Amino acid sequence: MTSLTLTHARFQTLELFRIPIAVVGSAFWPAASMLAFVVPFAGGDPVTATYATASMITFAVMNTNLFQYGIGVSEDRAQPWDPYVRTLPAGARPRFLGRLLTGLLMMVVALAPVVLIAALFTDATMSPVAFAGAALLCAAISVPFILMGLSIGYSLPSKAALVVAQILFLPLAFGGGLLTAPGGAPGFVEDLAPYLPTGGAVRLMWATVGDYPFEPRAALSLVGWTILFGLLATWAYRRDEGRRFG
Amino acid sequence: MLGGQQEAPTRTAGAVHARAERVTKRFGSGVAVDGVDLEVRAGEIVGLLGPNGAGKSTLVGLLTGSRRPTSGRVELCGGDPRDPRFRRTLGVTPQETGLPASLRVGEVIDFVRSHFPDPLSRSEVLDRFGLGDLARRQTGGLSGGQKRRLAVALAFAGRPEIVFLDEPTTGLDVEARRDLWEAVREFHAGGGTVVLTSHYLEEIEALAERVVVLGEGRVLADASLEAVRGLVKVSRISISSPVPPSGFDFEGNGDRLHLLTADADRVVRELVTRNVPFRDLEVRPASLEEAFLTLTNKKAVAGKDQR
Repeated sequence: MTSLTLTHARFQTLELFRIPIAVVGSAFWPAASMLAFVVPFAGGDPVTATYATASMITFAVMNTNLFQYGIGVSEDRAQPWDPYVRTLPAGARPRFLGRLLTGLLMMVVALAPVVLIAALFTDATMSPVAFAGAALLCAAISVPFILMGLSIGYSLPSKAALVVAQILFLPLAFGGGLLTAPGGAPGFVEDLAPYLPTGGAVRLMWATVGDYPFEPRAALSLVGWTILFGLLATWAYRRDEGRRFG
Repeated sequence: MLGGQQEAPTRTAGAVHARAERVTKRFGSGVAVDGVDLEVRAGEIVGLLGPNGAGKSTLVGLLTGSRRPTSGRVELCGGDPRDPRFRRTLGVTPQETGLPASLRVGEVIDFVRSHFPDPLSRSEVLDRFGLGDLARRQTGGLSGGQKRRLAVALAFAGRPEIVFLDEPTTGLDVEARRDLWEAVREFHAGGGTVVLTSHYLEEIEALAERVVVLGEGRVLADASLEAVRGLVKVSRISISSPVPPSGFDFEGNGDRLHLLTADADRVVRELVTRNVPFRDLEVRPASLEEAFLTLTNKKAVAGKDQR
Protein backbone atom coordinates (compact mmCIF):
# COMPACT_ATOMS: atom_id res chain seq x y z
CA MET A 1 0.00 0.00 0.00
CA THR A 2 2.75 2.43 0.94
CA SER A 3 4.77 1.71 -2.19
CA LEU A 4 1.64 2.35 -4.24
CA THR A 5 1.24 5.69 -2.46
CA LEU A 6 4.80 6.58 -3.42
CA THR A 7 4.13 5.48 -6.99
CA HIS A 8 1.13 7.79 -7.19
CA ALA A 9 3.06 10.63 -5.56
CA ARG A 10 5.98 10.11 -7.94
CA PHE A 11 3.83 10.20 -11.06
CA GLN A 12 1.78 13.16 -9.94
CA THR A 13 5.00 15.02 -9.17
CA LEU A 14 6.50 14.08 -12.53
CA GLU A 15 3.39 15.33 -14.30
CA LEU A 16 3.45 18.54 -12.33
CA PHE A 17 7.11 19.34 -12.82
CA ARG A 18 7.07 18.50 -16.55
CA ILE A 19 5.08 21.72 -16.93
CA PRO A 20 7.45 24.07 -15.11
CA ILE A 21 5.32 27.15 -15.60
CA ALA A 22 2.65 25.68 -13.29
CA VAL A 23 5.26 25.29 -10.58
CA VAL A 24 6.70 28.74 -11.20
CA GLY A 25 3.18 30.15 -11.08
CA SER A 26 2.40 28.75 -7.68
CA ALA A 27 5.71 30.08 -6.34
CA PHE A 28 5.24 33.49 -7.92
CA TRP A 29 2.16 34.85 -6.15
CA PRO A 30 3.25 34.27 -2.56
CA ALA A 31 6.67 35.75 -3.36
CA ALA A 32 5.16 38.74 -5.16
CA SER A 33 2.67 39.41 -2.35
CA MET A 34 5.53 39.21 0.10
CA LEU A 35 7.47 41.85 -1.84
CA ALA A 36 4.43 44.05 -2.38
CA PHE A 37 2.82 44.01 1.06
CA VAL A 38 5.12 42.68 3.76
CA VAL A 39 8.54 44.05 2.80
CA PRO A 40 7.54 47.75 2.45
CA PHE A 41 5.00 47.93 5.29
CA ALA A 42 6.17 45.53 7.97
CA GLY A 43 9.72 44.72 6.98
CA GLY A 44 11.43 47.08 9.43
CA ASP A 45 10.11 45.66 12.68
CA PRO A 46 11.29 42.15 13.68
CA VAL A 47 8.04 41.17 15.46
CA THR A 48 5.63 42.53 12.86
CA ALA A 49 7.69 41.17 9.99
CA THR A 50 7.82 37.69 11.52
CA TYR A 51 4.05 37.59 12.13
CA ALA A 52 3.34 38.99 8.69
CA THR A 53 5.54 36.35 7.08
CA ALA A 54 3.72 33.63 9.02
CA SER A 55 0.38 35.06 7.81
CA MET A 56 1.63 35.20 4.25
CA ILE A 57 2.79 31.58 4.42
CA THR A 58 -0.59 30.46 5.75
CA PHE A 59 -2.24 32.44 2.98
CA ALA A 60 -0.06 30.73 0.39
CA VAL A 61 -0.78 27.30 1.87
CA MET A 62 -4.52 27.91 1.62
CA ASN A 63 -4.45 29.54 -1.77
CA THR A 64 -2.14 27.06 -3.50
CA ASN A 65 -3.98 24.00 -2.25
CA LEU A 66 -7.44 25.37 -2.82
CA PHE A 67 -6.70 26.11 -6.45
CA GLN A 68 -4.21 23.33 -7.13
CA TYR A 69 -6.58 20.64 -5.91
CA GLY A 70 -9.97 22.22 -6.30
CA ILE A 71 -9.44 22.96 -9.95
CA GLY A 72 -6.66 20.50 -10.77
CA VAL A 73 -8.54 17.44 -9.56
CA SER A 74 -11.75 18.62 -11.14
CA GLU A 75 -10.01 18.99 -14.50
CA ASP A 76 -8.32 15.61 -14.14
CA ARG A 77 -11.67 13.99 -13.60
CA ALA A 78 -12.87 15.27 -16.94
CA GLN A 79 -9.99 13.46 -18.67
CA PRO A 80 -10.49 9.86 -19.80
CA TRP A 81 -7.31 8.85 -17.91
CA ASP A 82 -9.09 9.18 -14.58
CA PRO A 83 -11.79 6.52 -15.15
CA TYR A 84 -9.00 4.27 -16.41
CA VAL A 85 -6.95 4.66 -13.23
CA ARG A 86 -10.09 3.71 -11.34
CA THR A 87 -10.00 0.29 -13.01
CA LEU A 88 -6.52 -0.39 -11.60
CA PRO A 89 -6.49 -2.42 -8.39
CA ALA A 90 -6.07 0.49 -5.99
CA GLY A 91 -8.58 2.21 -3.76
CA ALA A 92 -8.87 5.84 -2.79
CA ARG A 93 -6.07 5.74 -0.21
CA PRO A 94 -2.92 5.59 -2.37
CA ARG A 95 -4.31 8.21 -4.71
CA PHE A 96 -5.20 10.54 -1.84
CA LEU A 97 -1.96 10.03 0.04
CA GLY A 98 -0.07 10.41 -3.23
CA ARG A 99 -1.79 13.74 -3.80
CA LEU A 100 -1.01 14.78 -0.23
CA LEU A 101 2.71 14.05 -0.67
CA THR A 102 2.78 15.86 -4.01
CA GLY A 103 0.97 18.77 -2.39
CA LEU A 104 3.53 18.97 0.40
CA LEU A 105 6.39 18.98 -2.08
CA MET A 106 4.62 21.73 -3.97
CA MET A 107 4.36 23.68 -0.71
CA VAL A 108 8.13 23.57 -0.31
CA VAL A 109 8.54 25.03 -3.79
CA ALA A 110 5.87 27.69 -3.26
CA LEU A 111 7.06 28.73 0.20
CA ALA A 112 10.84 28.66 -0.20
CA PRO A 113 10.88 32.07 -1.96
CA VAL A 114 8.69 33.57 0.80
CA VAL A 115 11.07 32.38 3.49
CA LEU A 116 14.04 33.57 1.47
CA ILE A 117 12.54 37.03 0.96
CA ALA A 118 11.67 37.27 4.66
CA ALA A 119 15.24 36.37 5.61
CA LEU A 120 16.92 38.68 3.10
CA PHE A 121 14.67 41.73 2.91
CA THR A 122 12.91 42.00 6.26
CA ASP A 123 13.91 41.98 9.89
CA ALA A 124 11.85 38.86 10.52
CA THR A 125 13.74 36.59 12.83
CA MET A 126 13.34 33.40 14.83
CA SER A 127 15.39 30.69 16.46
CA PRO A 128 16.40 27.60 14.46
CA VAL A 129 14.16 25.54 16.73
CA ALA A 130 11.17 27.79 16.01
CA PHE A 131 12.00 27.60 12.31
CA ALA A 132 12.03 23.80 12.35
CA GLY A 133 8.75 23.84 14.30
CA ALA A 134 7.19 26.24 11.81
CA ALA A 135 8.29 24.06 8.88
CA LEU A 136 6.68 20.99 10.46
CA LEU A 137 3.57 22.96 11.33
CA CYS A 138 3.40 24.14 7.74
CA ALA A 139 3.18 20.54 6.58
CA ALA A 140 0.48 19.87 9.18
CA ILE A 141 -1.70 22.87 8.28
CA SER A 142 -1.40 21.99 4.59
CA VAL A 143 -3.34 18.79 5.17
CA PRO A 144 -6.80 20.31 5.84
CA PHE A 145 -6.39 22.65 2.86
CA ILE A 146 -5.31 19.84 0.55
CA LEU A 147 -8.35 17.85 1.69
CA MET A 148 -10.54 20.90 1.22
CA GLY A 149 -9.25 21.23 -2.33
CA LEU A 150 -9.88 17.51 -2.93
CA SER A 151 -13.43 17.84 -1.58
CA ILE A 152 -14.13 20.60 -4.06
CA GLY A 153 -12.29 18.89 -6.90
CA TYR A 154 -14.07 15.57 -6.50
CA SER A 155 -17.54 16.96 -5.99
CA LEU A 156 -17.78 19.72 -8.61
CA PRO A 157 -17.18 20.10 -12.34
CA SER A 158 -14.16 22.27 -13.11
CA LYS A 159 -16.02 25.50 -13.90
CA ALA A 160 -17.98 25.28 -10.66
CA ALA A 161 -14.82 24.33 -8.76
CA LEU A 162 -13.11 27.48 -10.01
CA VAL A 163 -15.98 29.65 -8.87
CA VAL A 164 -16.21 28.01 -5.46
CA ALA A 165 -12.46 28.30 -4.90
CA GLN A 166 -12.58 31.98 -5.87
CA ILE A 167 -15.56 32.67 -3.64
CA LEU A 168 -14.01 30.86 -0.69
CA PHE A 169 -10.50 32.16 -0.67
CA LEU A 170 -11.04 35.83 0.20
CA PRO A 171 -13.52 35.32 3.07
CA LEU A 172 -11.28 32.58 4.39
CA ALA A 173 -8.25 34.85 4.22
CA PHE A 174 -9.99 37.87 5.73
CA GLY A 175 -12.15 35.95 8.20
CA GLY A 176 -9.15 34.00 9.43
CA GLY A 177 -7.27 37.23 10.11
CA LEU A 178 -4.54 36.56 7.57
CA LEU A 179 -4.74 40.08 6.17
CA THR A 180 -4.26 41.82 9.51
CA ALA A 181 -1.71 41.74 12.30
CA PRO A 182 -2.39 39.39 15.25
CA GLY A 183 -5.16 40.95 17.31
CA GLY A 184 -5.57 43.74 14.75
CA ALA A 185 -8.63 42.49 12.91
CA PRO A 186 -12.15 43.88 13.48
CA GLY A 187 -13.85 42.44 16.55
CA PHE A 188 -16.17 39.98 14.82
CA VAL A 189 -13.25 38.59 12.83
CA GLU A 190 -11.25 38.08 16.02
CA ASP A 191 -14.19 36.15 17.49
CA LEU A 192 -14.78 34.05 14.41
CA ALA A 193 -11.23 33.46 13.23
CA PRO A 194 -10.11 30.63 15.52
CA TYR A 195 -12.99 28.52 14.24
CA LEU A 196 -12.07 28.91 10.58
CA PRO A 197 -9.41 26.62 9.12
CA THR A 198 -7.37 29.66 8.08
CA GLY A 199 -7.68 31.34 11.47
CA GLY A 200 -6.87 28.14 13.32
CA ALA A 201 -3.83 27.54 11.15
CA VAL A 202 -2.44 31.05 11.36
CA ARG A 203 -2.84 31.17 15.15
CA LEU A 204 -0.78 28.05 15.48
CA MET A 205 1.82 29.56 13.14
CA TRP A 206 1.96 32.79 15.16
CA ALA A 207 2.35 30.83 18.38
CA THR A 208 5.24 28.91 16.84
CA VAL A 209 7.17 31.85 15.40
CA GLY A 210 6.50 34.46 18.10
CA ASP A 211 5.07 35.14 21.53
CA TYR A 212 1.46 34.77 20.42
CA PRO A 213 -0.35 32.64 23.03
CA PHE A 214 -1.15 29.07 22.01
CA GLU A 215 -4.92 28.67 21.63
CA PRO A 216 -6.23 25.13 22.17
CA ARG A 217 -9.52 26.02 20.42
CA ALA A 218 -7.57 26.98 17.28
CA ALA A 219 -5.78 23.62 17.28
CA LEU A 220 -9.03 21.76 17.96
CA SER A 221 -10.90 23.55 15.22
CA LEU A 222 -8.12 22.74 12.77
CA VAL A 223 -8.24 19.06 13.70
CA GLY A 224 -12.03 19.19 13.29
CA TRP A 225 -11.75 20.75 9.83
CA THR A 226 -9.15 18.17 8.83
CA ILE A 227 -11.47 15.30 9.78
CA LEU A 228 -14.45 16.97 8.14
CA PHE A 229 -12.66 17.63 4.83
CA GLY A 230 -11.13 14.16 4.96
CA LEU A 231 -14.59 12.61 5.20
CA LEU A 232 -16.02 14.94 2.61
CA ALA A 233 -13.21 14.24 0.14
CA THR A 234 -13.51 10.48 0.60
CA TRP A 235 -17.27 10.63 0.18
CA ALA A 236 -16.95 12.76 -2.94
CA TYR A 237 -14.32 10.38 -4.36
CA ARG A 238 -16.48 7.33 -3.73
CA ARG A 239 -19.58 8.75 -5.38
CA ASP A 240 -17.67 10.24 -8.29
CA GLU A 241 -17.86 8.34 -11.54
CA GLY A 242 -15.93 10.73 -13.71
CA ARG A 243 -17.82 12.10 -16.62
CA ARG A 244 -21.49 11.45 -16.87
CA PHE A 245 -21.42 10.10 -20.38
CA GLY A 246 -18.67 8.53 -22.37
CA MET B 1 2.03 -16.66 -22.18
CA LEU B 2 0.43 -13.40 -21.22
CA GLY B 3 -1.96 -15.05 -18.83
CA GLY B 4 -0.78 -15.38 -15.26
CA GLN B 5 -0.58 -19.09 -14.47
CA GLN B 6 -0.08 -18.40 -10.77
CA GLU B 7 -3.60 -17.90 -9.58
CA ALA B 8 -4.93 -21.14 -10.94
CA PRO B 9 -8.03 -21.41 -8.73
CA THR B 10 -9.88 -18.61 -10.53
CA ARG B 11 -8.83 -20.17 -13.83
CA THR B 12 -11.05 -23.20 -13.45
CA ALA B 13 -12.58 -23.97 -16.81
CA GLY B 14 -16.06 -22.54 -17.09
CA ALA B 15 -15.77 -20.24 -14.10
CA VAL B 16 -17.65 -16.99 -14.64
CA HIS B 17 -15.17 -14.13 -14.95
CA ALA B 18 -17.66 -11.33 -15.41
CA ARG B 19 -21.36 -11.26 -14.80
CA ALA B 20 -24.16 -8.75 -15.10
CA GLU B 21 -27.58 -9.55 -13.65
CA ARG B 22 -30.52 -7.37 -14.64
CA VAL B 23 -28.17 -4.42 -14.67
CA THR B 24 -29.53 -0.95 -15.36
CA LYS B 25 -27.61 2.30 -15.44
CA ARG B 26 -29.41 5.61 -15.67
CA PHE B 27 -27.89 9.02 -16.27
CA GLY B 28 -30.40 11.62 -15.28
CA SER B 29 -33.48 10.77 -17.31
CA GLY B 30 -31.63 8.66 -19.90
CA VAL B 31 -31.04 4.93 -19.66
CA ALA B 32 -27.58 3.87 -20.90
CA VAL B 33 -27.86 0.21 -19.93
CA ASP B 34 -31.30 -1.29 -19.59
CA GLY B 35 -31.73 -4.57 -17.72
CA VAL B 36 -28.74 -6.38 -19.20
CA ASP B 37 -27.93 -9.99 -18.34
CA LEU B 38 -24.50 -11.18 -19.41
CA GLU B 39 -22.08 -13.90 -18.40
CA VAL B 40 -18.49 -14.11 -19.58
CA ARG B 41 -16.76 -17.39 -18.77
CA ALA B 42 -13.06 -17.92 -18.27
CA GLY B 43 -11.21 -18.39 -21.55
CA GLU B 44 -13.91 -16.87 -23.77
CA ILE B 45 -13.42 -14.12 -26.33
CA VAL B 46 -16.62 -12.14 -26.40
CA GLY B 47 -17.24 -9.31 -28.80
CA LEU B 48 -19.54 -6.50 -27.65
CA LEU B 49 -20.90 -5.03 -30.83
CA GLY B 50 -23.15 -2.06 -31.23
CA PRO B 51 -23.41 1.43 -32.70
CA ASN B 52 -22.13 4.44 -30.80
CA GLY B 53 -24.36 5.18 -27.87
CA ALA B 54 -25.57 1.57 -27.59
CA GLY B 55 -24.26 1.35 -24.03
CA LYS B 56 -21.06 -0.61 -24.68
CA SER B 57 -18.71 1.65 -22.74
CA THR B 58 -21.19 2.08 -19.91
CA LEU B 59 -21.57 -1.69 -19.60
CA VAL B 60 -17.79 -2.09 -19.60
CA GLY B 61 -17.54 0.69 -16.99
CA LEU B 62 -19.99 -1.21 -14.81
CA LEU B 63 -18.14 -4.52 -15.19
CA THR B 64 -14.74 -2.96 -14.49
CA GLY B 65 -15.81 -1.05 -11.40
CA SER B 66 -15.55 2.51 -12.68
CA ARG B 67 -19.32 2.93 -12.58
CA ARG B 68 -21.96 1.82 -10.13
CA PRO B 69 -25.16 0.22 -11.43
CA THR B 70 -28.43 2.03 -10.74
CA SER B 71 -30.01 -1.37 -10.17
CA GLY B 72 -29.02 -4.99 -10.66
CA ARG B 73 -25.75 -6.68 -9.82
CA VAL B 74 -22.34 -6.91 -11.45
CA GLU B 75 -19.58 -9.31 -10.57
CA LEU B 76 -15.97 -9.54 -11.67
CA CYS B 77 -13.74 -12.49 -10.84
CA GLY B 78 -16.08 -13.53 -8.07
CA GLY B 79 -16.70 -10.18 -6.37
CA ASP B 80 -17.81 -6.58 -6.64
CA PRO B 81 -15.59 -4.86 -9.21
CA ARG B 82 -15.74 -1.65 -7.15
CA ASP B 83 -13.60 -3.43 -4.57
CA PRO B 84 -9.95 -3.13 -5.73
CA ARG B 85 -9.17 -6.69 -4.61
CA PHE B 86 -11.29 -8.10 -7.40
CA ARG B 87 -9.49 -6.01 -10.01
CA ARG B 88 -6.06 -7.59 -9.49
CA THR B 89 -6.49 -9.85 -12.51
CA LEU B 90 -8.23 -7.24 -14.66
CA GLY B 91 -6.74 -5.37 -17.61
CA VAL B 92 -8.49 -2.46 -19.32
CA THR B 93 -7.51 -0.23 -22.24
CA PRO B 94 -7.60 3.46 -21.45
CA GLN B 95 -8.92 5.77 -24.15
CA GLU B 96 -5.80 6.67 -26.04
CA THR B 97 -6.82 10.33 -26.07
CA GLY B 98 -6.50 10.38 -22.30
CA LEU B 99 -2.91 9.27 -21.80
CA PRO B 100 -1.06 11.73 -19.54
CA ALA B 101 0.65 13.83 -22.18
CA SER B 102 3.71 14.86 -20.20
CA LEU B 103 4.67 11.37 -19.04
CA ARG B 104 6.99 9.11 -21.02
CA VAL B 105 5.81 5.79 -22.45
CA GLY B 106 8.04 3.81 -20.07
CA GLU B 107 6.79 5.80 -17.09
CA VAL B 108 3.14 5.20 -17.93
CA ILE B 109 3.82 1.48 -18.28
CA ASP B 110 5.64 1.43 -14.92
CA PHE B 111 2.81 3.32 -13.27
CA VAL B 112 0.30 0.71 -14.38
CA ARG B 113 2.63 -2.24 -13.63
CA SER B 114 3.19 -1.07 -10.08
CA HIS B 115 -0.47 -1.74 -9.25
CA PHE B 116 -0.25 -5.47 -9.88
CA PRO B 117 1.29 -8.28 -7.82
CA ASP B 118 3.00 -10.04 -10.72
CA PRO B 119 3.19 -7.75 -13.75
CA LEU B 120 5.04 -8.26 -17.03
CA SER B 121 8.45 -6.61 -17.08
CA ARG B 122 8.65 -3.20 -18.68
CA SER B 123 10.69 -4.50 -21.61
CA GLU B 124 8.26 -7.38 -22.15
CA VAL B 125 5.39 -4.89 -22.48
CA LEU B 126 7.42 -2.67 -24.80
CA ASP B 127 8.57 -5.52 -27.03
CA ARG B 128 5.31 -7.36 -27.29
CA PHE B 129 3.43 -4.30 -28.48
CA GLY B 130 6.13 -2.88 -30.71
CA LEU B 131 6.86 0.07 -28.45
CA GLY B 132 10.55 -0.74 -27.90
CA ASP B 133 12.03 2.43 -29.33
CA LEU B 134 9.35 4.70 -27.86
CA ALA B 135 10.06 4.12 -24.17
CA ARG B 136 11.54 7.57 -23.65
CA ARG B 137 8.98 9.49 -25.70
CA GLN B 138 6.32 11.58 -23.97
CA THR B 139 2.89 10.17 -24.75
CA GLY B 140 1.71 13.58 -25.96
CA GLY B 141 4.15 13.31 -28.88
CA LEU B 142 3.01 9.89 -30.09
CA SER B 143 1.03 9.31 -33.26
CA GLY B 144 -2.54 8.06 -33.01
CA GLY B 145 -1.50 4.51 -33.86
CA GLN B 146 1.32 4.53 -31.31
CA LYS B 147 -1.02 5.79 -28.61
CA ARG B 148 -3.48 3.04 -29.49
CA ARG B 149 -0.74 0.40 -29.20
CA LEU B 150 0.31 1.78 -25.83
CA ALA B 151 -3.30 1.81 -24.63
CA VAL B 152 -3.71 -1.85 -25.54
CA ALA B 153 -0.32 -2.73 -24.03
CA LEU B 154 -1.43 -1.21 -20.72
CA ALA B 155 -4.33 -3.66 -20.55
CA PHE B 156 -1.85 -6.52 -20.54
CA ALA B 157 0.86 -4.96 -18.37
CA GLY B 158 -0.47 -6.40 -15.11
CA ARG B 159 -0.52 -10.01 -16.42
CA PRO B 160 -4.33 -10.09 -16.23
CA GLU B 161 -6.69 -13.02 -16.53
CA ILE B 162 -9.45 -10.97 -18.11
CA VAL B 163 -9.03 -7.96 -20.37
CA PHE B 164 -11.54 -5.43 -21.68
CA LEU B 165 -10.32 -4.01 -24.96
CA ASP B 166 -12.11 -0.97 -26.32
CA GLU B 167 -11.83 -0.79 -30.12
CA PRO B 168 -8.23 -1.97 -29.85
CA THR B 169 -7.20 -1.61 -33.48
CA THR B 170 -9.30 1.25 -34.81
CA GLY B 171 -7.06 3.57 -36.77
CA LEU B 172 -4.10 1.18 -36.94
CA ASP B 173 -2.42 0.21 -40.19
CA VAL B 174 -2.82 -3.35 -41.44
CA GLU B 175 0.47 -4.63 -40.07
CA ALA B 176 0.07 -3.13 -36.61
CA ARG B 177 -3.47 -4.48 -36.51
CA ARG B 178 -2.28 -8.01 -37.35
CA ASP B 179 0.40 -7.84 -34.63
CA LEU B 180 -2.14 -6.73 -32.10
CA TRP B 181 -4.63 -9.40 -33.02
CA GLU B 182 -1.79 -11.90 -32.72
CA ALA B 183 -1.03 -10.67 -29.20
CA VAL B 184 -4.68 -10.99 -28.22
CA ARG B 185 -4.89 -14.51 -29.68
CA GLU B 186 -1.74 -15.49 -27.81
CA PHE B 187 -3.26 -14.22 -24.58
CA HIS B 188 -6.41 -16.20 -25.30
CA ALA B 189 -4.38 -19.33 -26.13
CA GLY B 190 -2.82 -19.04 -22.67
CA GLY B 191 -6.30 -19.23 -21.15
CA GLY B 192 -7.04 -15.50 -20.94
CA THR B 193 -10.55 -14.09 -21.12
CA VAL B 194 -11.21 -11.22 -23.53
CA VAL B 195 -14.10 -8.82 -23.83
CA LEU B 196 -13.79 -6.76 -26.94
CA THR B 197 -15.95 -3.76 -27.74
CA SER B 198 -16.20 -2.38 -31.20
CA HIS B 199 -18.58 -0.89 -33.66
CA TYR B 200 -16.67 -2.54 -36.49
CA LEU B 201 -17.77 -6.04 -37.35
CA GLU B 202 -14.39 -6.69 -38.96
CA GLU B 203 -12.50 -6.38 -35.70
CA ILE B 204 -14.98 -8.56 -33.86
CA GLU B 205 -14.88 -11.10 -36.71
CA ALA B 206 -11.11 -11.37 -36.49
CA LEU B 207 -11.10 -12.33 -32.85
CA ALA B 208 -14.39 -13.12 -31.20
CA GLU B 209 -16.11 -16.48 -30.95
CA ARG B 210 -19.21 -15.18 -29.30
CA VAL B 211 -20.87 -11.88 -30.08
CA VAL B 212 -23.22 -9.84 -27.98
CA VAL B 213 -25.06 -7.15 -29.92
CA LEU B 214 -26.15 -4.13 -27.91
CA GLY B 215 -28.63 -1.49 -29.02
CA GLU B 216 -30.16 1.26 -26.93
CA GLY B 217 -28.81 -0.30 -23.77
CA ARG B 218 -30.29 -3.75 -24.33
CA VAL B 219 -28.89 -7.06 -25.50
CA LEU B 220 -30.32 -7.56 -28.99
CA ALA B 221 -28.49 -10.77 -29.73
CA ASP B 222 -26.09 -13.04 -27.90
CA ALA B 223 -24.88 -15.80 -30.15
CA SER B 224 -21.95 -17.32 -32.01
CA LEU B 225 -20.08 -15.15 -34.47
CA GLU B 226 -21.62 -17.15 -37.33
CA ALA B 227 -25.16 -16.57 -36.15
CA VAL B 228 -24.67 -12.87 -35.56
CA ARG B 229 -22.97 -12.43 -38.90
CA GLY B 230 -26.11 -13.84 -40.53
CA LEU B 231 -28.27 -11.64 -38.39
CA VAL B 232 -26.54 -8.43 -39.39
CA LYS B 233 -26.10 -9.45 -43.04
CA VAL B 234 -28.55 -7.00 -44.46
CA SER B 235 -28.78 -5.48 -47.93
CA ARG B 236 -30.00 -2.10 -48.92
CA ILE B 237 -32.10 -1.92 -52.06
CA SER B 238 -32.59 1.44 -53.72
CA ILE B 239 -34.91 2.19 -56.60
CA SER B 240 -36.42 5.19 -58.28
CA SER B 241 -40.14 5.03 -58.74
CA PRO B 242 -42.81 7.69 -59.38
CA VAL B 243 -45.09 6.15 -56.73
CA PRO B 244 -44.07 4.13 -53.67
CA PRO B 245 -44.77 0.48 -54.53
CA SER B 246 -47.56 -0.82 -52.33
CA GLY B 247 -46.94 -3.90 -50.26
CA PHE B 248 -43.27 -3.06 -49.73
CA ASP B 249 -41.59 -1.26 -46.89
CA PHE B 250 -39.75 1.32 -48.98
CA GLU B 251 -38.84 4.59 -47.38
CA GLY B 252 -37.39 7.77 -48.77
CA ASN B 253 -38.10 11.22 -49.99
CA GLY B 254 -38.56 12.34 -53.56
CA ASP B 255 -38.63 9.46 -55.96
CA ARG B 256 -35.52 7.71 -54.57
CA LEU B 257 -36.67 4.88 -52.29
CA HIS B 258 -34.72 2.55 -50.03
CA LEU B 259 -35.43 -0.76 -48.35
CA LEU B 260 -33.32 -2.77 -45.89
CA THR B 261 -33.71 -6.51 -46.16
CA ALA B 262 -31.94 -9.75 -45.34
CA ASP B 263 -33.09 -11.32 -48.62
CA ALA B 264 -32.44 -8.93 -51.47
CA ASP B 265 -33.00 -11.56 -54.19
CA ARG B 266 -36.49 -12.24 -53.00
CA VAL B 267 -37.45 -8.57 -52.84
CA VAL B 268 -36.10 -7.89 -56.34
CA ARG B 269 -37.88 -10.94 -57.70
CA GLU B 270 -41.11 -9.74 -56.18
CA LEU B 271 -40.66 -6.22 -57.53
CA VAL B 272 -40.33 -7.72 -60.99
CA THR B 273 -43.25 -10.17 -60.69
CA ARG B 274 -45.50 -7.43 -59.43
CA ASN B 275 -44.53 -5.19 -62.32
CA VAL B 276 -43.44 -2.34 -60.12
CA PRO B 277 -42.34 0.51 -62.42
CA PHE B 278 -38.86 1.01 -60.99
CA ARG B 279 -35.58 2.15 -62.54
CA ASP B 280 -31.96 2.62 -61.36
CA LEU B 281 -32.03 -0.52 -59.22
CA GLU B 282 -29.13 -0.65 -56.76
CA VAL B 283 -28.36 -3.39 -54.26
CA ARG B 284 -25.49 -3.05 -51.79
CA PRO B 285 -24.56 -4.52 -48.41
CA ALA B 286 -26.00 -2.38 -45.63
CA SER B 287 -23.56 -0.73 -43.25
CA LEU B 288 -23.37 -2.21 -39.79
CA GLU B 289 -25.15 0.90 -38.52
CA GLU B 290 -28.11 0.16 -40.84
CA ALA B 291 -28.03 -3.51 -39.90
CA PHE B 292 -28.26 -2.56 -36.23
CA LEU B 293 -31.19 -0.36 -37.07
CA THR B 294 -33.09 -3.31 -38.47
CA LEU B 295 -32.19 -5.35 -35.41
CA THR B 296 -33.38 -2.58 -33.15
CA ASN B 297 -36.59 -2.00 -35.03
CA LYS B 298 -37.18 -5.70 -35.50
CA LYS B 299 -38.84 -4.84 -38.76
CA ALA B 300 -37.90 -6.13 -42.18
CA VAL B 301 -35.20 -8.33 -40.68
CA ALA B 302 -36.40 -11.30 -42.58
CA GLY B 303 -37.51 -9.23 -45.54
CA LYS B 304 -40.86 -10.94 -45.63
CA ASP B 305 -42.83 -9.30 -42.88
CA GLN B 306 -43.56 -6.28 -45.02
CA ARG B 307 -46.71 -4.59 -43.97
